[in-house]
Amino acid sequence: MPDQPLDVAALRAEFPILSRQVNGRPLVYLDNGASAQKPQVVIDAITNAYAHDYANVHRGLHYLSSVATEKYENVRKVVQRFLHAAHEDEIVFTSGATEGVNLVSYAWAAPRFQPGDEIVLSVLEHHANIIPWHFLRERQGVVLRWVEPAPDGSLDPQVVLDAIGPKTRLVAVTQLSNVTGTVVDVKAICDGARAQGVPVLVDGSQGAVHLPVDVQDIGCDFYVITGHKLYGPSGSGAIYIRRERQAEMRPFMGGGDMIDMVTRETVTYAAPPLRFEAGTPGIVQTIGMGVALEWMMAKGVARLAAHEADLAAYAGERLGALNWLSLQGTAPGKAAIFSFTMAGPAHAHDLSTVLDKRGVAVRAGTHCAMPLMDFFGESATCRASFAAYNTRDEVDSLVDALHLCHELFG
Amino acid sequence: MASAAFEDIAETLEFLDDWEDRYRHVIELGRDMPPLGEKWMTPEWKVSGCASQVWLVPEIAGGRFHFRGDSDAMIVRGLVAILHALYDGLPLDVVGQVDAQAEFARLGLAENLSAQRSNGLRSMIQRIRDHAAAALAA
Repeated sequence: MPDQPLDVAALRAEFPILSRQVNGRPLVYLDNGASAQKPQVVIDAITNAYAHDYANVHRGLHYLSSVATEKYENVRKVVQRFLHAAHEDEIVFTSGATEGVNLVSYAWAAPRFQPGDEIVLSVLEHHANIIPWHFLRERQGVVLRWVEPAPDGSLDPQVVLDAIGPKTRLVAVTQLSNVTGTVVDVKAICDGARAQGVPVLVDGSQGAVHLPVDVQDIGCDFYVITGHKLYGPSGSGAIYIRRERQAEMRPFMGGGDMIDMVTRETVTYAAPPLRFEAGTPGIVQTIGMGVALEWMMAKGVARLAAHEADLAAYAGERLGALNWLSLQGTAPGKAAIFSFTMAGPAHAHDLSTVLDKRGVAVRAGTHCAMPLMDFFGESATCRASFAAYNTRDEVDSLVDALHLCHELFG
Repeated sequence: MASAAFEDIAETLEFLDDWEDRYRHVIELGRDMPPLGEKWMTPEWKVSGCASQVWLVPEIAGGRFHFRGDSDAMIVRGLVAILHALYDGLPLDVVGQVDAQAEFARLGLAENLSAQRSNGLRSMIQRIRDHAAAALAA
């Protein structure tokens, strides 16, 4: 456990946007599940990259190209450290988690899977970890085998492992639900799947934000992260791909940077990870993501997580006490992401509109997780998702604003 | 001058200066509106372009435009009730001449509507105009 608790006031002061007002009220930003705000160091890194160090990467021999390439390539080491990957070349840069999962679908799964082959995935998944597998179902007859969470939103690893059969070629599962905050024991899933020779893709879009991650300890084959939820720029991301799986992948996107030699007749490819990074990448976004991850590691990922666990416990207690509010997902040990609806005719959009008037930003809708909405029997919910810079006072602001909703709509 | 029903709403909202009270009134207008009924809540009558689900069903009688509407969100239901006050019972050829955006602006609700809601409102107004135009052409 971290020695010193997090100084949240000092942390908040690093985020310029947190001092602004919305609708005449101090901003209470609880839509971190959708995207996190950025600390000054990240904003400065973006500005500095464009102002002083900008050129294309991996191309010129001139000074600025070398500087930009070095800064960009250094981020690979940062991500490697952040995810505790064994090798630097196991980190491939992407535009976000969506590209990461699609890369695995197109480059690894599509050329290898036969009709009737099965993918096991959970009902907790975000559409980004569903649609790329639906493509394989539509296009080449791959079968999707769904596993359901318990009514409280928790997912028993054994239920996932029980769905593995002789035709299972992949397990695709989230580490942390973006709707319910459920933490999935992906290590247990990977242990069991590996014993049966089945690779596992872990969607770490939320997990890497709220938990310390060690891909070697988890034992996964693929682990996707997205920079914009990790206090970094939008359009940045990375995927960890175990070397054995990389060797099985064919290139997905073709273009500059991913080749070794091109003639009229033939092409040979660059070695991974560049083989999977065609075209000019998000240079500045990636540099910004590196700074964001360094920032998280400097604060202490475990320390950030401990503060968020406190927020999760406090918010769970306060929201749980509102007997006119239904919470979707109350799994033990869940992260600080709360999905809720109000008894009666009020729609999630009604709640979010009134919360917004109070300066409280939440998301309302299906959260890119329609199968999970269907599981809970809801057409839409509100979601309050917390980050390391949120406070107990902000939980109170949320609860106060919900009381107003209850008065208006109840 | 819009209809008496609309002017009533405008007067009441003008009197309320606190956004919570204005919302409360809009929500009450929605509550007082008779429900459309499940059998009309079908894709045919659904207004696309709204963040929440909205249904508008026109009824033409004696050359005049009537409609019934509903939404699964309470604030939007109130907006449908206000549109009803604005349009219901107008001669068909007058429907297209109503500057609904300007009338809504008079209610001082504009600053309380998010961009998404404003788009939804525009979609509802367009749907009403389309229904009236189709009835005129028939």
